[in-house]
Amino acid sequence: MSDVLVVAEGRNGELREVSFELLTAGRELADAAGGELHVAVVTGPVADHAAELNREGVDAIHTVDAGEEFNHDVYVQAIEGLYDAVEPGYVLAPNSVNGLDYAPAVATGLDLALVTDVVDLELGDALVATREMYGGKVETTVEAPVDHTLVTIRGGEWPPAEGEGSATIAAADVEIDEGAITSTVTGYEEVAGGDVDIADAEVLVSVGRGIEDEDNLELIFELAEAMGATVSSSRPIVDNGWLPPNRQVGQSGKVVTPEVYIAVGISGAVQHVAGMKGAENIVAINTDPNAPIMDIADYAIYDDLFDVVPALTAEFGG
Amino acid sequence: MKVLVTVKEVATVDDEFEIDGVRIDDRFLGADLNEWDDYAIEEAVQLGEAGIADEVVTVTIGPEDAEQTIRQGLAKGADRAIRIWDDTLAEADLLDVEAKTEILSAVVAEEEPDLVLTGVQADDDGFGATGVALAESIDYGWAAVVNELDLDAEAEVASVHRELEGGVEELVEVDMPAVLTIQTGINEPRYASLRGIRQAQRKELAHHTLEELGLDESAVEGDLRLTSMYEPESESEATVFEGSPEETAGQLAELLREEGVAP
Repeated sequence: MSDVLVVAEGRNGELREVSFELLTAGRELADAAGGELHVAVVTGPVADHAAELNREGVDAIHTVDAGEEFNHDVYVQAIEGLYDAVEPGYVLAPNSVNGLDYAPAVATGLDLALVTDVVDLELGDALVATREMYGGKVETTVEAPVDHTLVTIRGGEWPPAEGEGSATIAAADVEIDEGAITSTVTGYEEVAGGDVDIADAEVLVSVGRGIEDEDNLELIFELAEAMGATVSSSRPIVDNGWLPPNRQVGQSGKVVTPEVYIAVGISGAVQHVAGMKGAENIVAINTDPNAPIMDIADYAIYDDLFDVVPALTAEFGG
Repeated sequence: MKVLVTVKEVATVDDEFEIDGVRIDDRFLGADLNEWDDYAIEEAVQLGEAGIADEVVTVTIGPEDAEQTIRQGLAKGADRAIRIWDDTLAEADLLDVEAKTEILSAVVAEEEPDLVLTGVQADDDGFGATGVALAESIDYGWAAVVNELDLDAEAEVASVHRELEGGVEELVEVDMPAVLTIQTGINEPRYASLRGIRQAQRKELAHHTLEELGLDESAVEGDLRLTSMYEPESESEATVFEGSPEETAGQLAELLREEGVAP
């Protein structure tokens, strides 16, 4: 019998969706382990968060009221303190930017095995975690120890927990040592501003690594102009400085929901898909029929973008 | 100020490949410098050029074959390189963050850098955990997923931006010494110049075994085991347009007109 401790994630006073997905993953694991589901709420409006997280299947919610916003030193101390109090077999955290800022330190500090970016979990003789490698080209199963394991889960893989819960809610008896805090958050910045708002576009022609060279972007702009569409891109194009950040679709860029999204030379990494899977119609132009983008495409052309894009531009008189 | 950069040679996979047991068949694998580490090297070299870093040292856990990749870092401007490898490591799968952390901690104890830069993650296993686990282990400050760094030579804090989800950056001051995990896009990694490549041949590339770092086999005994590898089943339900580029473009154009989104 082992309990499960999941760590919720908030930002700017709101819980992030992955928090509710963690409840589902945590409940499943707790059922398999024959234990209880505990939830840690660290920083932010903890009472509001606790009330919102009190969903079906949650046994206990522990709050640590220690500041408005995320600080990894506070998280590490709070989770380690709760771990000692609850003595769970497993800790589940989000595989988010902040999750990756504290989970490895917690695993190191508590001497737990660590498996990150997990998309499925099963408990038998071992804890079997499914995760991708090589940018999603393969899936693997990794066996981790029964108990003493910290898992970070990928967002969007478990449904969010619903229903009203009957968890106990209590402030955790955890002291935060201010002297051990080695970083200070001084503010936040929105980076995706600018003249073009890709989130407003009805049609996006979105370009990825397959375009190969900055000069070739002209092909994409010609197509967009011919059909009255807006140009967006995947991360590598922005990383290369070929387009400004306000054109980036994905987890760290914008979430878009156009009528039509034409993905040109985009492989479809999970971070990109997170930003465009809500598009009404997804068209993928890519030479690789096995590219992950094909899993969510409604229409596909398995061909060279350097042949197809000019032909499409010509269709619209460009 | 001394900067240590962790550098990994990652396996790259062809579009078409076969799986042999729990790994991809060697015939379909290539090798390259981890993309995130390329940005970390560039950031360190720029600190050197700005007179902030006195020395940039790279460290790699990898076999002799990885030396070509390590030389890329030297050619781009790192001063010297360390490579950790021996028969014990050759037998280990190094899936565990713990093993890498222990090895890199021993290197930090030896080198005593003021700043450690790692990539956010590796292209191959994508664990994304080494830098933060290392920081905790060596009792340095840290910040994960850094896409802007502002640092003075005598500074007691590093001012960084962390790239959060949704186009938001967190501004944070991290006590030095620190480990920063570097995100792609933080800079524009240079191509090695011919002169740089020539110079790299003369730069020090030291090889150490676990024993020389004061470690033994127990350092690489991991908790995790890779038990299967397979190609995910395609969930594609896409309507595929077939034919010449003109034909497929024609079919797509028709669809777009039907949707009322194209002239």
